[in-house]
Amino acid sequence: MTDDAATTEATTEERPGPSEVLRVEHIGMRFGGLTALRDVNLHLDQGEVLGLIGDNGAGKSTLMKILCGFQQPTSGRITLYGDEVHLRSVEHARSLGIDIVYQDLALVNQLSVYHNMFLNREVVRWPFLSNRTMRKRAREALDSIGVQIDSVDTEVAKLSGGQRQAIAVARSVFSDTRVLLLDEPLAAMGAKEGRLILDLVEDLKARGNVSMIIIAHNYGQVMGVCDRVNLLQNGAITFDRRTEDTSLEELTDLVVSEYRRRINGRDDTNSG
Amino acid sequence: MSDTRTAPETVPAAPPPPGLGRRVGAGFLRMREASILAVAIILVVYFWANTADFLETSNLVTVSHYTAPIAILAVGEVFLLISGEIDLSVGWMYTFAPFVMYFAVENGGFPPILGIIAALLVSALVGFINGTVTVRLGVPAFVTTLGMLFALEGITLITSGSFPKEIPASAAGGLQTVLGHQDWSEIIWAGVVVAVFYLVLTRMRWGLYTFAVGGNLLGATESGIKVARVKIGNFMICSTLGGFTGILEAFRIDSIDPAAGGETVMFYAVAAAVIGGTALAGGVGTVLGAFLGAVVLGILQDGFNLLGVSANTYYLILGIAVLVAMIANVYLARLRRTGRI
Repeated sequence: MTDDAATTEATTEERPGPSEVLRVEHIGMRFGGLTALRDVNLHLDQGEVLGLIGDNGAGKSTLMKILCGFQQPTSGRITLYGDEVHLRSVEHARSLGIDIVYQDLALVNQLSVYHNMFLNREVVRWPFLSNRTMRKRAREALDSIGVQIDSVDTEVAKLSGGQRQAIAVARSVFSDTRVLLLDEPLAAMGAKEGRLILDLVEDLKARGNVSMIIIAHNYGQVMGVCDRVNLLQNGAITFDRRTEDTSLEELTDLVVSEYRRRINGRDDTNSG
Repeated sequence: MSDTRTAPETVPAAPPPPGLGRRVGAGFLRMREASILAVAIILVVYFWANTADFLETSNLVTVSHYTAPIAILAVGEVFLLISGEIDLSVGWMYTFAPFVMYFAVENGGFPPILGIIAALLVSALVGFINGTVTVRLGVPAFVTTLGMLFALEGITLITSGSFPKEIPASAAGGLQTVLGHQDWSEIIWAGVVVAVFYLVLTRMRWGLYTFAVGGNLLGATESGIKVARVKIGNFMICSTLGGFTGILEAFRIDSIDPAAGGETVMFYAVAAAVIGGTALAGGVGTVLGAFLGAVVLGILQDGFNLLGVSANTYYLILGIAVLVAMIANVYLARLRRTGRI
């Protein structure tokens, strides 16, 4: 829980800090002839919110899928609290405390709020589901993070976009998640709903026991809650800076120049 | 803490409390099985009033014989339809399974109980093939099981030589009585199957996953659910129930008949499921509704017989019933989604 990470964070350090939760080293991912990730190095400290930005096709979603155990990288290593881990499956990653909220939220419209929150982590008193326990815990989890939903029996189809997102976040939080991955949490969301989610993130951050990586296209919206920003370009992290040491303009320049370089085949970094 | 922020659009604001009548009415509509139960009751009253002996025991036995096989098959189709698939071949599984039992006993020298188990295992294997081809190779279930339908038809006709077989002598007696021959045996089995699978669908993990894969396949996958396993499992359940129904029916009519079952009984089962509120699009359906759908079909078939109405009229009514049920389901689903009931 020391704060030294905050002062020495400008570059990726080799030595794991005392408060380091997650470290990714030289992760590569190939699909046949296609290289999605070349060489990704990043780290996440206790209670930190890391913004992961990058243009379409930079590999953000692939990296998230590796970190949540959905896919296995072709090379590189991942350490959790200093121990190397091989994330074999979503369940395995979850059992280690890593969970993800997908961009599409992975909610089933036809099921109730509480069944969605407990999907694939049901409470079972063999052979039956403990619906009462799940209902109660879902209610408590939603109350504790201040999400207002009339009834946890409501079908998810009836909820607003913000409420759906909140449920997707809440379901990770109430199981002992230590690393929470948020994939485009503000995608297709109105300003008010987006605020609801950002408040939720800040709430979790204030509690300090969950560390988060937020993928954001529209990084302007999430900069406020991020402690640090990493830029993913062409399958590698090319920029790692504390939020207060960078600016929206700088990030935009970086993303746009990379884009220009790609379409023009020349470096335009200073033209913006 | 909970009131520091409000969800931007809360669940539709509670309307002014309606009168008791409307509340009961809405509660009734909210129960997916309610409308079909009402139809069943109306039909019973109608046939009771218009025929001399609808409620006679002997006639109720006849109704149960119409209802039971459709009900068991419909349970299997409900699981498949909810998970977003369908099995068209189950009617021919029904026809073929008793022959498997027959050959196992008469040619293989199996004791009858093992012959039945062999038939059920073959049924499960057919379901496994249906499911594997559909899920792993990406062939639409409609096509996979259409192919299986014709394949099973061919195998049945080839192996049986298109002639009925007798129930093996070693199976006659107690076993045959329990497994379909006694008047009420088949409907009791249907009741057991409905009860068990009702619990599986509504109270167990398997049921939850069945809804999840049918409601949001990608989401279920991302949640870590083994979606292929769930779908293939449901194909196996459907096919096995088909084989089981065929064996019960063979024992009931005391003959293993290549002309029994087939597409007709499969379509009845799908009709019962749909009338009972199961959507073909996946994610929605109930076992109880399918059972009630089968009851309605059984009552209609029997009642028209008693009234002396021709079978042709029955088909017309069945067609209208399926369409009305489907339209009502779509409409009710919309009302539910918008929170109006």
